[in-house]
Amino acid sequence: MITPRKDVGEFLPPALEAKFPGGVLEVLRSRGELYLRIASASLLDVCLYLRDEERWGFDFLALVSGVDWLGKEPRFEVVYHLRSLRNNLRVGLKVDVPDETVALPSVSGIWKTADWLEREVFDLFGIRFTDHPDLRRIMMPDDWEGHPYRKDYPLEGRG
Amino acid sequence: MGLIEGRFEKNAATDAVDAILGLGRKYSLWPVAYGLACCAIEMIHTMASRYDLARFGAEVFRPSPRQADVMIVAGTLTHKMAPILRRLYDQMPEPKFVIAMGGCATAGGPFRTYSVVQGVDLIVPVDVYLEGCPPRPENLIKAFMLLQDKVQKMTIAKDPASAGEKGPSPARITAEGEVVQR
Repeated sequence: MITPRKDVGEFLPPALEAKFPGGVLEVLRSRGELYLRIASASLLDVCLYLRDEERWGFDFLALVSGVDWLGKEPRFEVVYHLRSLRNNLRVGLKVDVPDETVALPSVSGIWKTADWLEREVFDLFGIRFTDHPDLRRIMMPDDWEGHPYRKDYPLEGRG
Repeated sequence: MGLIEGRFEKNAATDAVDAILGLGRKYSLWPVAYGLACCAIEMIHTMASRYDLARFGAEVFRPSPRQADVMIVAGTLTHKMAPILRRLYDQMPEPKFVIAMGGCATAGGPFRTYSVVQGVDLIVPVDVYLEGCPPRPENLIKAFMLLQDKVQKMTIAKDPASAGEKGPSPARITAEGEVVQR
């Protein structure tokens, strides 16, 4: 059962909105790609649905990226780039993070690769993930202080 | 420290020993392969057939620091890598030398950022600084020849001027191949 790519943009947002009322906050389309702003409370349910539903089958978490919108509210954003190798589909999920006191639920129980990807976001942006199996630094030295990809981190370092 | 270093005043015997030791040392400088970035590619083909570092007795790149005399730091050193560089340097037997190859190893290069060490001389003592991004193989060979001169000038005699047994001060080679003594 192959889902044509154009169907994602057409049918995925209404399907999600019907399944999770209030879960989809915004539908963004850019250059043929679909991005959905998801409420952090329904992130895990949406991810499980996208992975397990036969029609979508998003079996591959390609990338987790952090964004620092310094000066805006909410300040941080995490983007989950999903791929379906089975159906050749792509979608991005965006989740807002007000500040570092708010932790997102870890999706490492859904896609195992999220373990390292979320460690990277934690290391460089200081965004925390609850129920992560091993949330420690992955890029910077273990004793490093601060999170260098934040916009208010000095480029030349604090030393 | 060996058995005979620093025990005798300079005399004809120490001169003769210096000459023989220097000859042996300078034509068997074994580098430890420490390629960190793109400079490593220039280092590798300096060793290969076209430039043939074997002509200077330095073709035996060792994967173990315990068998090496000179460390060519070829590339960008990050703060995460710095403790490993220092450990490898400490494992090299005396006498040991360091060539800082390229802009990154000399002074951080274009990477004036939080993650990059601004020159490997903050971590290990450097004998020859080599400019260029990356330096040409001819300049790396020049650095080796400069190092050979330095090795030949080392002495076992008691000599306050060269205490620390490292001989003359560090030299710098510009991208045009000019030698600048510090």
